Amino acid sequence: MILSEKTVKKINDKLSKYPKAKGMILPALTLAYKQLGYVDNEIYIEISEIINVPQLEIAEAASFYTMFPKKPRGKYLLQVCNNISCALLGADAMVDRLEEKLAIKRGETTDDGLFTLISVECLGSCCTAPMIQINDDFHENLTRQKLDELLEGLKNGK
Amino acid sequence: MTFYSPVVTNAKEIAGHEKLHLFEYVEDEKQYQLKRYLEHGGYAAWKTVLGKMKPEEVIEEVKKSGLRGRGGAGFPTGMKWSFVPKDSPKVRYLLCNADESEPGTCKDRVLMERDPHVVIEGMAIGAYAIGCHLMFCYIRGEFHHSIERIEKAMEEAYSKGHLGKNIYGSGYDLEMIVHTGAGAYMCGEETGLINSIEGEKGMARIRPPFPAIEGLWECPTIVNNVESLAAVPHIINRGADWYRSMGTEKSAGTKLFSLSGHINRPGNYEVELGFSLQKLIYDANYGNGISDGKKLKAVIPGGVSTPFLTPDKVDVPLDYESLTEAGSMLGSGGVIVLHEDTCIVWTILKLIKFFRHESCGKCTPCREGTGWLEQIIQKIEDGRGGPDDLEKLDSICGNILGRTICPLGDAAVMPIQSTLKHWRDEWQYHIEHKKCLVNQNFGF
Repeated sequence: MILSEKTVKKINDKLSKYPKAKGMILPALTLAYKQLGYVDNEIYIEISEIINVPQLEIAEAASFYTMFPKKPRGKYLLQVCNNISCALLGADAMVDRLEEKLAIKRGETTDDGLFTLISVECLGSCCTAPMIQINDDFHENLTRQKLDELLEGLKNGK
Repeated sequence: MTFYSPVVTNAKEIAGHEKLHLFEYVEDEKQYQLKRYLEHGGYAAWKTVLGKMKPEEVIEEVKKSGLRGRGGAGFPTGMKWSFVPKDSPKVRYLLCNADESEPGTCKDRVLMERDPHVVIEGMAIGAYAIGCHLMFCYIRGEFHHSIERIEKAMEEAYSKGHLGKNIYGSGYDLEMIVHTGAGAYMCGEETGLINSIEGEKGMARIRPPFPAIEGLWECPTIVNNVESLAAVPHIINRGADWYRSMGTEKSAGTKLFSLSGHINRPGNYEVELGFSLQKLIYDANYGNGISDGKKLKAVIPGGVSTPFLTPDKVDVPLDYESLTEAGSMLGSGGVIVLHEDTCIVWTILKLIKFFRHESCGKCTPCREGTGWLEQIIQKIEDGRGGPDDLEKLDSICGNILGRTICPLGDAAVMPIQSTLKHWRDEWQYHIEHKKCLVNQNFGF
């Protein structure tokens, strides 16, 4: 098993609340992603066995949603909102700066496996633009200085 | 490290403070806890409903209040509830649409993070009104802190008997599940949301049957926006007439507006419907004017799905009817302000990239059309536009509009059409001169 006992327990707990097992596809994928940082065929098989839904149906759903990457990403996932409210306040320039500082292009991961940089659609932080989501946290009202400090902090393991 | 949405509201300065209710306690750092929520009168409406009201009386009260859906469509909430067949032997579901993802809109997140119990209380009352015993809160997956706060509030509500079996000794049972999304704008559309809970791709369903008749797992289902549901406990506590006394004849109550873009004081503001857009943008207690002392170029009044307004149309009351009359829509209340140095072609390119990315692919006009639009607009933006490109854009837009089963197709083209109408010279300039008409530089 790739899924941990803890994850399997969480899936089973939630499964008991759902009127139909297929409804558990997204919650199970989400829990698997939280543990592993990716999902793939082996995971679909394991989930399929727990919730008793065909593997194909799980794979099909997983293919549609952007939050289920098929490969592991960096320790810190940097998601820069690049939709209009953030773009009006310099989000494009912010992505350029991140590309320069991390020496990667958007979509790529640094060699040390620390950072993955992606540009994403609206994250619902329009009044506090520009912003970046790092793993679970929103960092808002960013300036060049705040962004640089943030990156330095992460590099130094803060 | 935990970061919750910094609140930029006018809660303290607002004229007519007594009318504020959605944001009355939003600046209270402990409002998210059950204890504080109860001190502020929380769950009183839920008790009233279970103790003294029949489901049809709840529906009647909400109908009378004039509350309309705050997610974008503006459909009367009480009327929606009344569409659930009374004699259906099937179970019913109430789904709270917390998939807030209309660009320019960030109001539901504030409610969920700062006042999660009011969302749960509103859901519970809605559930009771339609005879539902299992309700879902569908929260977009990126909103980790909203999810955390709603889940925590739900646990607290269960532990103190506000949810669960035989609530307040009434004999009514109500369970709740928090279901999280995974990064798809389409799941904010009610049938996409239903498919997503069922474990399917978040694609739209053809209507009829409408969800109220046949929705989640083929059972009668009501989908309401966070803000709509959050208004319900206040309506029960203070009465439909109080709610009606705010706003306009047809657009009752207050509404949250997210003000973003080139504005001095961006933030979420609660105002009565019918409030002046001009005032929201320029008044010192609200937007306090355009940033960097620039002139206004355009306003997108209701999230990126709504047509752009030219500066001469900004003196418009923010209500459903007036904005339609002005050629746009109230939408979700995401007001995006663009100053004079913003290139219209660049702006539209951002929007069409978004819609092309989020199109679920079910309807051909939207799936193919948004891609064609993006290619042509990208070409114009890159200085490779041709003389007949604008006519092509007109034609493709016209062939998407009204030809898809969900509103995403219309949402993708209406903003484009509005700019092709009002800023056609600028589009033309971009094609002829292979560059922007304005000197745009959004540095960071």
